[in-house]
Amino acid sequence: MGINAFKRALWAFHVNTGSCNGCDIEIIAALTPRYDAERFGIKLVGSPRHADVLLVTGPVTRQMAPALKRIYEQMADPKAVIVVGNCGISGGVFHESYNLVGPVDNIIPVDVYVPGCAARPEAIIYGVVKAWEKLEKVYGAEGG
Amino acid sequence: MSVVYEVPVGPVHPALKEPVAVKCYIEGEEVVDVDVILGQNHRGIEWIGMNRDNPVQSLRMASRVCGICTNVHPLSLVQAVEAAADIEVPERADYIRAIMLEVDRIHSHLLWAGVAAHELGFDTLLHYTWKFREEVMDLAEYISGNRVTFEMEMYGGVRRDIPPEKYPKIIKAMNYYEAKFEKLVEMFLNDKTIALRTVGVGVLSREEALKLCLVGPTTRARGVKKDVRVDLPTMAYADLDIEPVTPDIYRDEVVGDVYDNIVVRLFEVKQSIDIIRQCLDQMPNGPILAEEKLPKLLNMLKKASGEGFGLTEAPRGEVVHYVKLKEMETFYAWKIRASTYNNIPAWEPMLIGAQIADIPIIVASIDPCLSCTNRAVVLDGGKEKVLSHEDLHRLSVQKTRRLIRYGK
Repeated sequence: MGINAFKRALWAFHVNTGSCNGCDIEIIAALTPRYDAERFGIKLVGSPRHADVLLVTGPVTRQMAPALKRIYEQMADPKAVIVVGNCGISGGVFHESYNLVGPVDNIIPVDVYVPGCAARPEAIIYGVVKAWEKLEKVYGAEGG
Repeated sequence: MSVVYEVPVGPVHPALKEPVAVKCYIEGEEVVDVDVILGQNHRGIEWIGMNRDNPVQSLRMASRVCGICTNVHPLSLVQAVEAAADIEVPERADYIRAIMLEVDRIHSHLLWAGVAAHELGFDTLLHYTWKFREEVMDLAEYISGNRVTFEMEMYGGVRRDIPPEKYPKIIKAMNYYEAKFEKLVEMFLNDKTIALRTVGVGVLSREEALKLCLVGPTTRARGVKKDVRVDLPTMAYADLDIEPVTPDIYRDEVVGDVYDNIVVRLFEVKQSIDIIRQCLDQMPNGPILAEEKLPKLLNMLKKASGEGFGLTEAPRGEVVHYVKLKEMETFYAWKIRASTYNNIPAWEPMLIGAQIADIPIIVASIDPCLSCTNRAVVLDGGKEKVLSHEDLHRLSVQKTRRLIRYGK
């Protein structure tokens, strides 16, 4: 993969929609020195308006669905959505719960799925690279 | 003329890693009132666990109550079920459980220390602490096969043994932490920036801590010597030499501020290292499971009836699981009381009088774990209904009457 069109650092916003924290801490672990995704300019930002990528963890509880939708709409185009963890992909262990409206792709369109309970930092970084490729294509088509 | 503004923090907010809404009422720079809205993370785990096909499937649910204290919930659940079904755990399993609980505590406390540094805007320290933490994640993976969800527990013992050939690597990791501990203390406790932001911030007195029934490091930071591992020792803890850690271990007196929280959590890391060493020294030989054959175990649990409590000292405080078995495929009742549930009321006295900028560190100081906490929410036709104190009182009176009249 050559990084030509998407010349900026990739910024991600993380939203927890009822996750158990397992994937959430692995996202932070992916950024901190052992895995150090920050050396590529990938970092977590505090506002969805600054983000290129949305990292979603958790099976989407009824209370968090409107918040998730709003965050997705607040992000500027082009954007990519990564679901981290089994429960966001299919409901996972929580699939029978009465309080879920998820999985995530019921609420917002998803580009990359990172499986695992909890997903390993390596897998999360791979997912972010896939999302980067998608953004690369979109930017390439628009002529950067 | 003073105006009170409402500043909502959450449910999604850069200072929060998990969904919770804290409404702060601000007059100038000062917080005058606080309201906490919970329930965003409610997944109905108890209900799912009670409706699974068998108790072993429910045990895997317990691991997913929380991804940080991932060993604590299954451990409390197996203890509750063992008490209800009269299963005796082999001694070696008790020691392995204690080791895993301490591994969990080391990673959780270091995680918290990093998050606390991040809340203060000291990101270098976050990165340093998390680099330091990776060693214990490797150790967890080495012992259990997983970084986050250990899945070591089983009714009547543990699923994986720690054979003697694995001891050297565990000891090596403990040596690593002991060597780096002084540096960590130096960075967190002798640092001017951290002292400026934490000394005298979020002060809570010993009396208030007792009145609010706080648990874990949050209450020990206020000088209350309360620790399940010492007060009601289960597993290997009765054989070990441990004392609850209070801030006077490092400071001359107990102040009860955020700084004291850091002191307690850091020195508990040292205590955990010591506990793991003691466990390895005293580890008895023998089986690791009371019943190795799974169908036989399930049959035993199916026939069992009775109720039991499981208490564990989680990194955040006491976790209680209650289980009732009633000669059926799965649990008749399962109730979880996580430690953050007790600690959240401490936000109010700590936040009132604080400045807006101190909200993140005070909120983080109790190490809130909301995926553990969100247990009950009333949904009424898609609309959320918040129960007020009067409503709860009315419901309580109704229930008392119903019990007196109809006995159910």
